[in-house]
Amino acid sequence: MNSKKIVYPYIPNSEPQVQKEMLQEIGVNSINELFSDIPEKLLLHKKMNLPKPFLSECELKRHVESILLKNSTCKENINFLGAGCWQHYVPAVVDEVIHRSEFLTAYAGEPYEDHGRFQAGFEYASMMGDMLEMDVVSIPTYDWSQAASTSLRMSCRITGRNEVIVSKIINPNRLLVIKNYCNPNVNVVMLDFDSKTGLADINDLEKKISNKTAGVYIENPSYLGSIESNGAKLSEIIHKAGALFLVGVDPSSLGVLTPPINYGADIVCGDLQPLGIHMNYGGGVAGFIATRDEKEFVSEYPSRLFGIAPTENGEWGFGDVMWERTSFANRESSKEFVGTAAALWGIAASVYLAVMGPEGMQELGKGIIQRSLYAQKEIGKIKGVKVPVFQAANYSEFVVDFNNSGKNIKEVNKALLKKGIFGGKDLSKDFPQFGQSALYCVTEIHTKEDIDKLVFALKEVF
Amino acid sequence: MYKIGLIVNPIAGMGGRVGLKGTDGRKILQKAKSLGAISFSPKRASAALKPLSIIQDNLKLITCPGDMGENEAISCGFVPDIINGIKSKETTFADTQKAARILQDRGVDLLLFAGGDGTARDIYVAIGTTLPVIGIPTGVKIHSAVFASSPSRAGELSLLYLQKKVHKLREVEVMDIDEQAFRNGIVKARLFGYLKIPYERRYIQGGKLGSSPSEEIIQKAIAEDIIESMDNDFLYIIGPGTTTRAIMQRLSLSCTLLGIDAVYKKEVIGLDLSERELLKLVNKEKAKLIITPIGGQGYIFGRGNQQLSPQVIRKVKRENIIIIATYNKIVSLKGSPLLVDTGDLSLDRELSGYVQIVTNYHERTVYRVKF
Amino acid sequence: MKTKLRNYHAVCWDEPIIYELNRNGERAILVPEVDKKITETVGDGISSIPKSMRRKNAPQLPALSQPQVLRHFLRLSQETLGMDFNIDIGQGTCTMKYSPKIHEQFASSEKVAEMHPYQDESTSQGLLEIMYKTEQLFKEISGLDRFSLHPGGGSHGIYAISSLIYAYFKSRGEEDKRDEIITTIFSHPSDAAAPKVQGYKIIIIYPDDNGCPDIEALKKVVSERTAALLITNPEDTGIYNSKIAEFAKIVHDSGGLCGYDQANANGLLGITRAKEANFDLTFFNLHKTFSSPHGCGGPASGIVGVTNKLAKFLPVPVVDYDKKNNKYFLDYDRPDSIGKVKDFYGVIPVILRAYAWIMSLGAEGLREVSNVAILNNNYIMKKLLELRGVSMAFPEHKHRIEQVRYSWEKLTKETGIDTEDIQRRIFDFGTHYWTSHEPWLIPQPFTIEPSESYSKDDIDEFVAILGQIVKEAYEEPKKLKDAPHKSSVHHIDHDVLDDPAKWAITWRAYKKKYNGYFQRK
Repeated sequence: MNSKKIVYPYIPNSEPQVQKEMLQEIGVNSINELFSDIPEKLLLHKKMNLPKPFLSECELKRHVESILLKNSTCKENINFLGAGCWQHYVPAVVDEVIHRSEFLTAYAGEPYEDHGRFQAGFEYASMMGDMLEMDVVSIPTYDWSQAASTSLRMSCRITGRNEVIVSKIINPNRLLVIKNYCNPNVNVVMLDFDSKTGLADINDLEKKISNKTAGVYIENPSYLGSIESNGAKLSEIIHKAGALFLVGVDPSSLGVLTPPINYGADIVCGDLQPLGIHMNYGGGVAGFIATRDEKEFVSEYPSRLFGIAPTENGEWGFGDVMWERTSFANRESSKEFVGTAAALWGIAASVYLAVMGPEGMQELGKGIIQRSLYAQKEIGKIKGVKVPVFQAANYSEFVVDFNNSGKNIKEVNKALLKKGIFGGKDLSKDFPQFGQSALYCVTEIHTKEDIDKLVFALKEVF
Repeated sequence: MYKIGLIVNPIAGMGGRVGLKGTDGRKILQKAKSLGAISFSPKRASAALKPLSIIQDNLKLITCPGDMGENEAISCGFVPDIINGIKSKETTFADTQKAARILQDRGVDLLLFAGGDGTARDIYVAIGTTLPVIGIPTGVKIHSAVFASSPSRAGELSLLYLQKKVHKLREVEVMDIDEQAFRNGIVKARLFGYLKIPYERRYIQGGKLGSSPSEEIIQKAIAEDIIESMDNDFLYIIGPGTTTRAIMQRLSLSCTLLGIDAVYKKEVIGLDLSERELLKLVNKEKAKLIITPIGGQGYIFGRGNQQLSPQVIRKVKRENIIIIATYNKIVSLKGSPLLVDTGDLSLDRELSGYVQIVTNYHERTVYRVKF
Repeated sequence: MKTKLRNYHAVCWDEPIIYELNRNGERAILVPEVDKKITETVGDGISSIPKSMRRKNAPQLPALSQPQVLRHFLRLSQETLGMDFNIDIGQGTCTMKYSPKIHEQFASSEKVAEMHPYQDESTSQGLLEIMYKTEQLFKEISGLDRFSLHPGGGSHGIYAISSLIYAYFKSRGEEDKRDEIITTIFSHPSDAAAPKVQGYKIIIIYPDDNGCPDIEALKKVVSERTAALLITNPEDTGIYNSKIAEFAKIVHDSGGLCGYDQANANGLLGITRAKEANFDLTFFNLHKTFSSPHGCGGPASGIVGVTNKLAKFLPVPVVDYDKKNNKYFLDYDRPDSIGKVKDFYGVIPVILRAYAWIMSLGAEGLREVSNVAILNNNYIMKKLLELRGVSMAFPEHKHRIEQVRYSWEKLTKETGIDTEDIQRRIFDFGTHYWTSHEPWLIPQPFTIEPSESYSKDDIDEFVAILGQIVKEAYEEPKKLKDAPHKSSVHHIDHDVLDDPAKWAITWRAYKKKYNGYFQRK
């Protein structure tokens, strides 16, 4: 049987004739001669045991789509999950721009042939800077947890200390990332929270902070949804001890919430995902870090920072900001590491902020709070269900207490699922002090009807 | 408006062409002239000025009269400022030093000088590290790293520095070779001093996507590493060099840049020690020796630290020798090994092989030492 | 066919910074209004926020209309040279290969984009299946036993590997004793930088005269303090270390582990694996060898593979398959896990693309990828070395795998033109060019990696471009010194970028320091 060599569409030189020509020009008989550096005993002499390929694009598409069809999406259901990944509306213009081949397939060129990429990056930093009211914003890192971890290590380098205090009202998965990143040189101390308000416990902070503390990290709104009201007091305590105040934020809330710099934050971090990036099953996250424009801070960023520069013809040019790292702390000589992370998501956020504009971001935040308040009110009317749980204001997320309902969260969510609703995240394992409670998230994509449907469905469960 | 100072040593290089090593001293100079040696240092100086002609309109060139700079500048189309008080003919090393001081007073951004190691020494004596300088290589004995690899490269580097495309400065050794011994085929080099030169960023440590720290930062990091692991039971002998100096600075101790100091329990117990003094110390206490390669060829023993005699080294023992160097220094070796020349061949042999050099905080580089 | 050089010119929009396009009051999108009933019930919402936390001033974002926003960003995209547009073989080590467009349909499908990571697993069986099957594919490609899909990039993968190494020795009570990691100068810089975060001391090995890491040096530094060897192979020079298995043995004999940085895997698929070289850990860049597009610098993925003895330390959750119930599930029940290095489960769209790519090629296809990557590289190597002034790093070592580091040292000596001059001139021909990681051990370097995506004609064109530039270096050097001539912008003045008083990383910072066009305030 004549088995013809396959010519692959992605591999132009898999065509046998051109291979022959090239081998001839090189002066060898076969490709095998070209990797004679690889010793015989290391060569794989069998074919890899991989599934039979789908050589035609048509069959490949059918195969992949048949698997993906097994998913049931947040479009096909009504989703009330948040907890670190949020469902917001992504304007069509955002997707249009980041699907452009130019942006999608560029990489690490210079500010000449990749000028557009640099300008888009500068505009991303600029617009984030406006949301945060800070003058220095890094290029995106992997996610919020990485941004928080790096911020904590930056605070160690800047202060020369190696203990940090981290709020307990944090996604436990985030804490795992932070703990691993701080292991073993940075000591992580946990900060209690007030179970009435769901906010950082000031007394506990005063007890635990010392002259060993490099930084104190809280999130606002907190993981369980409360908006911090003691910003100024926290800042006072933290700075008195010579430590830095680190705040993690959901940037979509900054249209209505004041940027943390206004209550004393030194380093602000968070996730870009709410700004025009699809949820992607948790694969659409991207972290940001922002500080004041002071050299003590600028010199501690592990990542590149881009600045605007003049050109000889009066155009806008860009380049690396190269500040000589003059600070040098004992144990933290390395500025962590730098690698490919999430630049395209930064461009997405940039387009999103430009599309939303100042009015859009304000309306967004306002509308989210209103819908969230409405949901809390209506759900609170259900017998056996308690909401709000905390005496504090909320942004888009809030805790619902089902302890007196007679059902546990698993059962509730199962029932809701049957009705095409994704109920709030089960908190019973991570925060056992709240028993059978769940974290619900409401955003601008929820209509009154969606919320009413949830309330109706919950009523039916009990 | 950029301001450059230019000093040309017109007699540098005259010895080499006629088989003499250098032109120090009137007698040797006369011999060179009698052998028909012609001065070609000026020609090389001109080659260095050529790359600067594109910023001519924005450049103030200040130089010495006659063949110490004026002639070369004019031949390249510059209209130089001439400084007063320097002879225009039959100039000596004193004129070089005087000129350098005047140019320093005139506030030049950069001092370009054409000559050899001798000229470099004169510049050092005059201005030390107060001005950035670049050496235009013309002399026979080019041992110092202050010289660019070619006259035109000197000009290009000057241009890059003035245009701020290159802006990091580092201190490089100025060596003093014993002329007499050299003429008899023996190399005896002494560390004379340091000059500050611009160097290109690409030749320092850093990552693909991050910005590179400077030589100074790396030296601080190395110092941190050394101090962290200092053992109070040992005497520490600190060799000459800027990288070792960083250790003393970090401990806030006075030190001699060109000499050998001793530290015990993080206090100075001796500065600029002679071989005899060192031997006395190491015979009494157990000691560790911290050294860094001196000079462009990567000698860790034998150039600039001869007080570390074979007896001293033997007493300290190989396992107590700590070599430190910035990565920049290692890269400048271009793959050639580090060298030892203690004067004792069997000791040289013992010291050769692989060593772990401290190149950053908590970082070592494995490198070969040869004799 | 004699290669004709094209008369390229980059798109040049002279586009203002978006803030300069601001027109107060303009809207690019309208936000869904809240139902009247809701406002009646709960009020304006803002009043519920504590006063000290309310935003006082509107964010100073630019206000534009929709067509204007789109036009602005599309123009910027046109001024970006994506891989799809050029013969992108000058970005050595980046593995700029073709990202099949069919994958974009998968990655942007609602079945991926509109999935929340905390959905009930019964609703995400499709993605869980993709993740599980991707792991199985990589187990076979690498020969190792278990994978984590979590890390968000190559350097992140190295960091994860450092954490795994630490956890392994901690479980044996040796974490204080084993505090050294050995790597090489030509491995990726993150092989040294990432373990430092974990607290490791780094020992760097230099190459021997043959261009391979010096095995004698390794023997001298391996000890009972060695935690691991972390090495990229082939290194960025393109040289494959034929003693790699001996390296692994030396380290194993002292009780250390071996981590294989497979950023340069494009020439090894189906030819040799981490398993055969006896390595314990490895990672792959899915946005390099496995075709996911680079996205201007991410999103990316650096999945990590380990042998069985290290599997229990992998980050949670891993994806497993319950055969009995035919269900895929997220397994969090892993008490020895290092915890997490990344939010959620990994960069899903990137992982999906890699899965599709492997499934479209199969074992034979993957082998052909590497065969042709090696063929293309050796072909261009022969042609480039015929150019005047070019030499190869470690020229005595004849063979290279999928990329080569070259040097212009000779050309620089003869013409004064250096590698950065050449870089700026090559932009005039519509392509990229990369030099090397720092420090530049190889003088005047450039690194060329012609992955399997380029045709013979493509490669010939690139060679012709460099040939033209070499000619200009010898005959018209000024053309290079003044380059680029046909880029989107002219020569950038970097002066402002080094001075804290002058630099501006955001527009708001710029406005604080300057009026108009760089007029200092």
